[in-house]
Amino acid sequence: MADDKSKAAQYWSTNLRLILGSLVVWAFVSYGCGILFRPLLSGISVGGTDLGFWFAQQGSILTFIGIIFFYAWRMNKLDKEMGLEE
Amino acid sequence: MSLDLLTYMFIGGSFALYIGIAIWARAGSTKEFYVAGGGVPPVANGMATAADWMSAASFISLAGIVSFIGRDGAAYLMGWTGGYVLLAMLLAPYLRKFGKFTVPDFVGDRYYSSTARTIAVICTIVISFTYVAGQMRGVGIVFSRYLHVDINTGVIVGMVIVFFYAVLGGMKGITYTQVAQYCVLIMAFMVPAFFLSMQVTGHFLPQTGLGATLDTGKSVLATLNDLSVELGFDQYTQGNKSTIDMFFMTAALMCGTAGLPHVIVRFFTVPRVKDARISAGWALIFIAILYTTVPAVAGFGRVNLIETINGPDNAGVEYTQMPSWFKNWESSGLIGWADKNGDGKVQYLAGSAFEGGKPEFLDQRGEYGQRLTGNASVSANEVYVDRDIMVLANPEIANLPDWVIALVAAGAVAAALSTAAGLLLVISTSISHDLMKKTINPNITDQQELTYARLAAIVAIIIAGYFGINPPGFVAQVVALAFGLAASSVFPAIILGIFSTRMNTQGAVSGMLVGLSVTIAYIVYFKFMGGTPDQLLFGISPEGFGTVGMLLNFTVALLVSAMTPEPPAEIQTIIEDIRIPRGAGEAHTH
Repeated sequence: MADDKSKAAQYWSTNLRLILGSLVVWAFVSYGCGILFRPLLSGISVGGTDLGFWFAQQGSILTFIGIIFFYAWRMNKLDKEMGLEE
Repeated sequence: MSLDLLTYMFIGGSFALYIGIAIWARAGSTKEFYVAGGGVPPVANGMATAADWMSAASFISLAGIVSFIGRDGAAYLMGWTGGYVLLAMLLAPYLRKFGKFTVPDFVGDRYYSSTARTIAVICTIVISFTYVAGQMRGVGIVFSRYLHVDINTGVIVGMVIVFFYAVLGGMKGITYTQVAQYCVLIMAFMVPAFFLSMQVTGHFLPQTGLGATLDTGKSVLATLNDLSVELGFDQYTQGNKSTIDMFFMTAALMCGTAGLPHVIVRFFTVPRVKDARISAGWALIFIAILYTTVPAVAGFGRVNLIETINGPDNAGVEYTQMPSWFKNWESSGLIGWADKNGDGKVQYLAGSAFEGGKPEFLDQRGEYGQRLTGNASVSANEVYVDRDIMVLANPEIANLPDWVIALVAAGAVAAALSTAAGLLLVISTSISHDLMKKTINPNITDQQELTYARLAAIVAIIIAGYFGINPPGFVAQVVALAFGLAASSVFPAIILGIFSTRMNTQGAVSGMLVGLSVTIAYIVYFKFMGGTPDQLLFGISPEGFGTVGMLLNFTVALLVSAMTPEPPAEIQTIIEDIRIPRGAGEAHTH
């Protein structure tokens, strides 16, 4: 039982670290590249406009998909490693 | 074959398909009615979620919004997709493990409080009704534009169809119908976009076409920037919203999306916790097919529109030389022209062509055959263009065959119906399950509860239809309210319920109340009581204020819970249990 408890706690803290990392990427592409750092990216040109515009209208959405699949893949692996899968 | 006949065939054929699926997928138990029996494969669930999520607004209006506000439209593009990342990591897997049927179920059980449950029920019902009224109206508008029937007849036809598969099939019927509706709506959106992209840029994929270079040697977006500046608009890729407003608006739409009950409930329908995570990914892929095409359709549509209306030399084109789509949509009232300088040419510039924004048509025709209007403004701009035209008139602007136009009509109806059905189900579930079963009379049997659910669905359809026929003037404004409410009440309550074992009833309830009241007060003040832009707090528009409400909710909840006793031990055990996938099994039948 105590073993189960510590395993669950370890599982949860690994999950939290993974979520935090993913959220940093999530915020970086949308709020960062798409909104806040746009002036910094104005020199980099893609398709007739700046990189910030591309991130705001296309790049962030594509990154979001990548984040979800990455997270799902890592969590499935973690479930198995710790024997906590269904 | 005439366009009308084709449109009847496409819409009629799609309706027959939806009804067929509904009969095949009838619900026999409350579990099938509420969560489709909990056995929907993740890819199918992703597709159904995408159709559920993409409403008439996404299908018809979004490209137009982006087209007219350029870069600022990114708040919608990112806001309405970024929420799925939050769903996949912060909500869906744990709520699936919790294994109940509704959002108020989780809030009520987790906070062991009927007050918390009731607040969640009220939020759910208000959010869903706000949304559904617009969908029924959308169905009516599509019918009236393409089939020349009365808007009200269109609304009633839509009601009958939704009645069939929502009341008969519940979540099970809705899910499989939504899979079909997704296929119809995505084809209807993509086919014209492929054609348009080929014509304008020679690229087959609209997503890459947006970055392409035109025959003139300039890129699409550079052309748009130059045209916009020449006509007195802001640069297309620049935008004029303040950084803080963009920030708050995007956040409110993201967190609002993750807090919308009809989206969350979709993740209760998959068999396993891991399916809940991955089906958020599938949902976003299916959504992104449309959402990454939107900026391209917006850009091409705007170039086409300006060049057609103003001609190659930007001096205007004679009204009599205008292509037929211009006059068709003028007849439907989505385009208006006032020949202010009397040269018989149509000139499109920045500024509002008509007092109050929209043209008021007189029942007369002018010397060129144009519809006369009664409220021309002093601005030199002579043309009013409704933003919805970017999607609806695209096939005609690009001279596409009639079957594409019929397909777009069927797609718009599919988008509106699929969202309406998902919302109506959430409303009926809240009433039969959260109010009748959980609050008023816990002793009713499964079959009685199912009957209540069907009755509630019927009542909800009738109310939604009523709002569709007599739209309250505030439908457009209250969308801000739906996202604001979801972001400032449901979203923080669920997140705290999962990620904090210490969060108790007092904290959650006071957080929700503070978040809700602040958000509602701000939106009502600026949308209905004549608040002026210079009074905005830090320049945050009402659409973005849900973020402030959410932050207040988190703060108040954490402070209050720190000062009050911790939740009972069995609740803390439940929280620890929902954090790990093992032992999820099927959705509980209570």
